[in-house]
Amino acid sequence: MKLLTHNFLTSNIIKGVKNGYPLSILPGKVEMKEVDFNPEFITRMLPKIEWSALQKAAKECGFEEGLPDTVGEEQLGDTDLLKRVHKALLEIEVVEGKLVCPESGREFPINNGIPNMLLNEDEV
Amino acid sequence: MASGGRPERQAPPEFFYNEDEAKKYSSNTRMIEIQSHLSERALEILKLPDQPCFVLDIGCGSGLSGESITEQGHYWVGMDISSHMLDVAVDREVEGDLILGDMGYGIPFKPGTFDGVISISALQWLCNADKKYHHPPKRLLKFFTSLYAAVARGGKAVFQFYPENSSQLELITQQAMKAGWTGGLVVDYPNSTKAKKMFLCLFAGGQPQQLPKGLGEEQSSSSHVSFTDKRERMKNMRGKNPKTNKDWILSKKERRRRQGKEVRADSKYTGRKRKDKF
Ligand SMILES: C[S@@+](CC[C@H](N)C(=O)[O-])C[C@H]1O[C@@H](n2cnc3c(N)ncnc32)[C@H](O)[C@@H]1O
Repeated sequence: MKLLTHNFLTSNIIKGVKNGYPLSILPGKVEMKEVDFNPEFITRMLPKIEWSALQKAAKECGFEEGLPDTVGEEQLGDTDLLKRVHKALLEIEVVEGKLVCPESGREFPINNGIPNMLLNEDEV
Repeated sequence: MASGGRPERQAPPEFFYNEDEAKKYSSNTRMIEIQSHLSERALEILKLPDQPCFVLDIGCGSGLSGESITEQGHYWVGMDISSHMLDVAVDREVEGDLILGDMGYGIPFKPGTFDGVISISALQWLCNADKKYHHPPKRLLKFFTSLYAAVARGGKAVFQFYPENSSQLELITQQAMKAGWTGGLVVDYPNSTKAKKMFLCLFAGGQPQQLPKGLGEEQSSSSHVSFTDKRERMKNMRGKNPKTNKDWILSKKERRRRQGKEVRADSKYTGRKRKDKF
């Protein structure tokens, strides 16, 4: 699981959970995977990113990439910044571990890089 | 599908798409070709803006549909209920990120996450009640409602799917509309039982949009509702032996062309009697 996906993932599909965001990451195994840098994509995603959630997630995975709190117009052309965001969003891979719902404490296992978001009968 | 018939009738998807079935989706070239072709067509109908977009692939399986998304320069997340299919996707090193999940439980993403959605050969699975507590209309509504929220306003979702009958088709479209989507069906090659493909094309708000035309459709409207036409045609043919009739061959070739099949070009030899040989 990439932090890009994590930045949008919620557990609000559980009955009774309102926001379910952001999910905490309990990492088991984290890897870095090289991904081609595409400034156009990162720039497009900037306004959609929840920065506090990204900072927290990166920290949980053991990275302090100097991520911003917010991104304003004046930073859009800052290639250095875009590269740091690129690395955090696309190159950090949580291979094994758990996600934890902030409201219910429900844990979702991550195996082989894939978070298991399946629910039980009484959760739907 | 050794026993033939519809997979949805054989087992729930997380069991049907077991290790063996999943392997086919990385080794069977014919299957790969078909799924890639359907995905490309779905993306054509989806018509994403000419910028790298963030796309959701529902029932992504081994990532065949996702690879088409990557080829067009977009980024994607795939969701599937079968861990075997997803493991194959990991082995194939697809570019997209993967989530194990049941679309009937809802789409676990924040409002406005995705620029667009595709789903290839998966939606019909939601019409089945695979567990005692499954209620297909409810699952469909939950699915379409949560998907509507997860897509940016003005975004689109294109589903290629295989409805079993017209009541399934009606149920699916009805629940989608109830969830706020607009849109409709695009049918490619409507005249062919084999080449015919259905795409449910949905819009999440924004400007009212026109549905694209299905392939091989122009001719279909004229040959539409053709019970009387057909009777006329049969009447005109009476008294001739249609098998040796050039017109019959030409019309059959025309029909096959409409169905999207490869047909040899017509020539002066078409339908000519062959010399008897010994
Ligand atoms: C025919 S395969 C197509 C896979 C892929 N889209 C492709 O084109 O190669 C259908 C997929 O739908 C998935 N599926 C069926 N029901 C599902 C559900 N309720 N939620 C998520 N995925 C589901 C199956 O596990 C399977 O991988």
